[in-house]
Amino acid sequence: MKTGQRFYLREVLAGLVLTGHHFFANMGKHIAHALGRKGARGAVTIQYPEERRPYSPRLRSLHRLVRREDGSPRCVACMMCETVCPARCIYIVADEHPNPEIEKMPSRFDIDLGKCVFCGFCVEACPEDAIRMDTGILEFSSYSRLGMIYTKEMLLALEPAGPDGVPRSPVPIPADRTV
Amino acid sequence: MILDFGIVFGRVAFVMMFILNLGGLLTWVERKQSAIMQDRIGANRASIRIPFTRIQLRVLGLFHPLADAIKMLTKEDFLPARADRLLFQLAPFVSVFFGLAAFASIPFGDTLRVGDRVIPLQAITLNVGVLYVFAMLSLGVYGVMMAGWSSANNYALLGGQRAAALMITAEIAIGASIMGVVMWYGSLDLQDIARAQGGLLFGWIPKWGIVTQPLAFILFLTAGIAATKRIPFDMPEGESEIIGYFVEYSGMKFGMFAMADFLETVVVAGLTTSLFLGGWQVPYLYDTGFRFPWGSSVGLPHLLVALLQVGAFSFKVVVMIFIMMLIRWTLPRFRYDQAMRLGWLGLFPLSILNIVLTGAVLLAWGSRP
Repeated sequence: MKTGQRFYLREVLAGLVLTGHHFFANMGKHIAHALGRKGARGAVTIQYPEERRPYSPRLRSLHRLVRREDGSPRCVACMMCETVCPARCIYIVADEHPNPEIEKMPSRFDIDLGKCVFCGFCVEACPEDAIRMDTGILEFSSYSRLGMIYTKEMLLALEPAGPDGVPRSPVPIPADRTV
Repeated sequence: MILDFGIVFGRVAFVMMFILNLGGLLTWVERKQSAIMQDRIGANRASIRIPFTRIQLRVLGLFHPLADAIKMLTKEDFLPARADRLLFQLAPFVSVFFGLAAFASIPFGDTLRVGDRVIPLQAITLNVGVLYVFAMLSLGVYGVMMAGWSSANNYALLGGQRAAALMITAEIAIGASIMGVVMWYGSLDLQDIARAQGGLLFGWIPKWGIVTQPLAFILFLTAGIAATKRIPFDMPEGESEIIGYFVEYSGMKFGMFAMADFLETVVVAGLTTSLFLGGWQVPYLYDTGFRFPWGSSVGLPHLLVALLQVGAFSFKVVVMIFIMMLIRWTLPRFRYDQAMRLGWLGLFPLSILNIVLTGAVLLAWGSRP
């Protein structure tokens, strides 16, 4: 340590000049903003529930099941995603599809989001491109563990996020919220 | 008789209101100032809805101190099983009381003449005001030590001891650094010191303490910040890492310790103002109006002069608080041994040096310049 630094005073003053400069510059911008110059921003804060930062299109958010034209799931219940899932949060029960062209379909497709680690392996593994993680929804929560289990119907109802990353479908609210 | 009593009550009430409101507001100032310094916005969510409308009043987050108070008052008031009941309950009150009482002898204005009455604008007129403030500031450490000891918690006890060690270090440095000012102005009365700072040096520089005693100003400010136990010197409590003397306190008692720190900030700011920044003096403003060194003068009525002086005192106190907040949000914490070394090997010898230098100058000059 140099002798000048051991004396503290000069370094303290330099620090105060730096923070004081920040204070007065930001204060000036805040006042300019309040007086009508909307371009002046004194803070980098994004006021979250009202303002949101745009999400990356690569963001892995809440899953959705892709639908066919007739509204049935594109999923063929091959169990690839259930097998690859490191958190073992997917539970599929296979069933016959009414269309003989299609071999199977899931009668149940549950994802326990309380266990999901959002690795995206299920999306990678899917041969039918039936599961995607592009809804842009991140704010799902529940008072119970059961409420974190999202069923096939819920996942089928979800829409992909818009080009600006804003979710286009509401967060599904589990029916058994209080369980 | 009743009028006299009313006047005394008014003086005391003014000081109480001044320091309590300022102290309460400091939680807001601290949040907002630190936020703006760090390119943030700061707490702005607490709001009051006007009844029967959907209008939410936020007012720059000014309701947050209110929300804090409501939160602290409604929290559980926890009493540890093995704590000393009396001292445990008493400690926060002792801390706050001496913080409040210390401001009493700081003058916030010159005298106010109404009719044939002369009202001194300070809560109590003492000819040893400086000593009184120090006595009160030093007694404040008892609250901290009581809190540390009565909690029946070893960490709290250690925190209290750190606080006591720091306070002694700070008080010695404060006392020694102030001696230069007392020698220069020749009085222990804060009102006398404030009055003497109205004179001019070389005909145009106001004879404020910061001009005549620059070294003492720096030493006093450093030691004063140490006495408030706030961040560059917050090893007694250490909000984020070390456990402090109020570890067992909850609810409003915990809030009172935080409040005591803010009150001490106001007291140190007020003391710095009256000792080094000319107290209530406005440069070139005298009893009858402005008299500028280049010869021109503006006459002002007495009441306006008094108002200007009180306003100047408040403004200077606020500026000092701003500077102390700026320091608090700029510097990291000193380690315990660093603070002790700074106090005993830095501030204290330099204060003694300041006394010697002041004495030498006074002796060489023959009289006070």
